[in-house]
Amino acid sequence: MTVFIIRRLMQSAVVLVVMSALVFVGVFAIGNPVDILISPQADQAEIARATAALGLDKPLWEQYFVFVINALHGNLGVSFVFNEPALRLIAERLPATLELAFSAIVLSVVLGLPLGLYVGLKPETALSRTIAAGSILGFSLPTFWVGIMLIMIFAVELGWLPSTGRGATVNVLGVDLSILTWDGLRHILLPAVNLALSRIALVIRLAASGTREVVHMDYIKFARAKGLSQSRVVGVHVLKNILIPIVTVLGLETGAVIAFSVVTETIFAWPGIGRLIISSITVLDRPVIVAYLMMTVFLVILINLAVDILYSLLDPRVRYGEASA
Amino acid sequence: MTAAADDEIAPAKESPETPLRRFVADFLASRLATAGLVLLLAVIFVALFAPLISPQNPYDLASLDLLDGRLPPGSQSAEGMTYWLGTDDQGRDMLSAIFYGLRTSLAVGALSAVFALAVGTALGLVAAYMGGRVESLIMRIVDLQLSFPAILVALILLALLGQGVGKIILALVVVQWAYFARTVRGSALVERRKEYVEAARCLALGDTRIMLHHLLPNCLPPLIVVMTVQVAHAIALEATLSFLGIGLPITEPSLGLLIANGFEYMMSGKYWISFFPGVALLIAIVAINLVGDRLRDVLNPRLQT
Repeated sequence: MTVFIIRRLMQSAVVLVVMSALVFVGVFAIGNPVDILISPQADQAEIARATAALGLDKPLWEQYFVFVINALHGNLGVSFVFNEPALRLIAERLPATLELAFSAIVLSVVLGLPLGLYVGLKPETALSRTIAAGSILGFSLPTFWVGIMLIMIFAVELGWLPSTGRGATVNVLGVDLSILTWDGLRHILLPAVNLALSRIALVIRLAASGTREVVHMDYIKFARAKGLSQSRVVGVHVLKNILIPIVTVLGLETGAVIAFSVVTETIFAWPGIGRLIISSITVLDRPVIVAYLMMTVFLVILINLAVDILYSLLDPRVRYGEASA
Repeated sequence: MTAAADDEIAPAKESPETPLRRFVADFLASRLATAGLVLLLAVIFVALFAPLISPQNPYDLASLDLLDGRLPPGSQSAEGMTYWLGTDDQGRDMLSAIFYGLRTSLAVGALSAVFALAVGTALGLVAAYMGGRVESLIMRIVDLQLSFPAILVALILLALLGQGVGKIILALVVVQWAYFARTVRGSALVERRKEYVEAARCLALGDTRIMLHHLLPNCLPPLIVVMTVQVAHAIALEATLSFLGIGLPITEPSLGLLIANGFEYMMSGKYWISFFPGVALLIAIVAINLVGDRLRDVLNPRLQT
């Protein structure tokens, strides 16, 4: 187990180094920032001085080295647009994004799991067919289109829910949260549903197919033969056995949820990191782009690592496979 | 090769059950899939013949009238033309804009999927056939890439490359090739151990020939399924990126851009500028997915009883 974790840790470190090099070379080595930062009238000496001040006269590997050292000190450059450290800009907006992502994941479990169980237990009813068809649609619909429709129906036509911003927030341990106020809850509902929709569909599918396999197992038959109530059979014996793939897939989806919040945040004007990156890409604010990409890549790698370890803890069969390999 | 041979032999046996006919009959057995296929054919028809069937050329500025801007569906222009789906802020007929947008969206989606298919299939075949170091290197890259969300990979690439039709196609290819590589390798690994490959080796045929003429045709069914799914995926991703303003440039308006263009008028109740392009996008994606779903069922021998 320890060997497995160490090996996965090293793999993750390698991936992080490769991605940072890619992002660095891609964003910094293409084009010359001096052209943008200095006036066109500047003479050769001035250009040389600016180049030296930015460290651009050094060979590429040395520039990358300086970039990594700075990054490890939490310095990913200063935003051209906001004139603030890029990392602070990201850190300020990260709680909003994480809150949205968390709400979406919770929604997808709370809605997806019961629906999926129902479809798996009673696959032939009309309601099950409707849910299953709906889950296919949930996969097909592009997130941004669903978001627009949600705004059109619930914000514009019916006027029930607000469509922009976070609403009132409560400061908990230095972090502003929306989900703790009524106004904030009203604001987060539409974006969270929007972000959750394809995840709900995913959980429904996983839960339904898992249930359909599990109910024919001997231990379920035995549990029924023992005379256990339906709720205990489903709630304990079935649920425990379908949960592993759902936990893993949802864990891996967390990274995708954070990445896809780019779309939801843009539509609902949610002040998270997704909106920041889109505006930074349009105005070519390089330090913020790099900071966002590094941050998200780091988060995704961390999540994948955590899920892998969790998976091997939940399912001993995986551990055996690793040990013999 | 084998499929073609079977087709020729089967009629001689006086049986109408050729593999192709059975495949078509199986496919059409599902009413939903048939509806999907009809829709898909309609969408392709519209995309191909957009310039011929559009009531107006939406990008010929001379035919636009700013006074016709933001008219609701069913309004009449000064010359008596009816805007069935309304007009956008430039006075453009939405129906024509959607036809042209569908053309762009479908072309970008299909092109990127075809390129990704070529790259992914080649690498997947090489990985399965060569084995060893080459295989583990290729598959390591595939795993690495699939562990990142598609939109994140696309964002990284577009942040590095900038905008443009070629660049978005490149980004979509990079996002998609890994799925093809994984699929091809999976089925090629199984096929590689079969006797016909050994026979081909005994005939001292070249590696390329064995891979392309013997392995590849037998890996096609799963590839076709992945292809349909990926075309839909590419169209949706391109629309998303264009909606965010980092996809196709404004000179090549795809459906995503049309939707983004109408989004700001949504709040004032002028729903049609965003709504109808969205419906068109939806029809295209759902139709492709319905066909893909059915193909998976029909082509998968494990599901056939």
